[in-house]
Amino acid sequence: MTGVDVLLLALGAVAVGAALLVVTTDHVVRAGLYLVLCLGAVAGLYLVLTAELVAWVQVLIYVGAVVVLLLFAVMLTRAPIGASTDLNRPGLPALLIGGGAGLGLAALLVDAYRWSTVPLPAAGTAERLGEQIFGAWVLPFEVLSVLLLAALIGAIVVSRPDIGATGAGGRR
Amino acid sequence: MHPTLMHPTLMHPTIPYVVAALLFGLGTYGVLRRRNAVLLLMAVELMLNAVNLVLITADATVRAALPHSGAVFALFIIVIAAAEIGVGLALVLQLYRLRATVAVDELPLADDAANAGDAANAGDPVGVD
Repeated sequence: MTGVDVLLLALGAVAVGAALLVVTTDHVVRAGLYLVLCLGAVAGLYLVLTAELVAWVQVLIYVGAVVVLLLFAVMLTRAPIGASTDLNRPGLPALLIGGGAGLGLAALLVDAYRWSTVPLPAAGTAERLGEQIFGAWVLPFEVLSVLLLAALIGAIVVSRPDIGATGAGGRR
Repeated sequence: MHPTLMHPTLMHPTIPYVVAALLFGLGTYGVLRRRNAVLLLMAVELMLNAVNLVLITADATVRAALPHSGAVFALFIIVIAAAEIGVGLALVLQLYRLRATVAVDELPLADDAANAGDAANAGDPVGVD
């Protein structure tokens, strides 16, 4: 057990515990805040695993933008501040499938890697990652920008009733 | 020179892999368990993060021909997740505006119910079809 392992274990425990609270809590707003904790812990794991740039992008986009969007949605759908009783469906099938998927994958990966050790590589800084993105992966990068534009336009069309209604059946 | 290049730090890749598997299982559980669409999207985010964690760990573990491919893929997935959450929340808000609920198991999937919703939204009492 090296210091890296201790860090990985601690951050992983925080991430899994917070994720457990996200899917079990009765408070909608608290679920969003536990999600912040979970995503932050995962960003810490990225940092330990030498993926610096991804860690900061995770903090910026996930903890910053995505969680704020989710909390906006919580507010706009008038979720109650206190505990809600109608958030869940029957839990047994979910428990079977979710637990089966999680534990099955965990057993598979433990069996594949045992207790082997690898040396950590050089840090994935913005310079090294940028070389790769704009070298080998430049075409997917550009396609992804088109996807973002399409998602932007799609979100606008879906959320504006005047555009969506004429398209869906107003003046056919 | 970077210190890790001269004295590489050892780690056990099993730990982050198992954390990722557990996160994925919890996300699956949440997707199947939750009725509230916003909470369902949060569980989907957990699953996406588990996949990202696997990619980053593989990037640190496997020596590939292209260095840092896993990290590049994780960045791409983060972008796709941002797009997904934007469109998903637009749909959830539109659903709330039409139905005043975000419970996914109260969604009408039959045709007649969907047409009734469209007509009500357009202010047209008669079905256009």
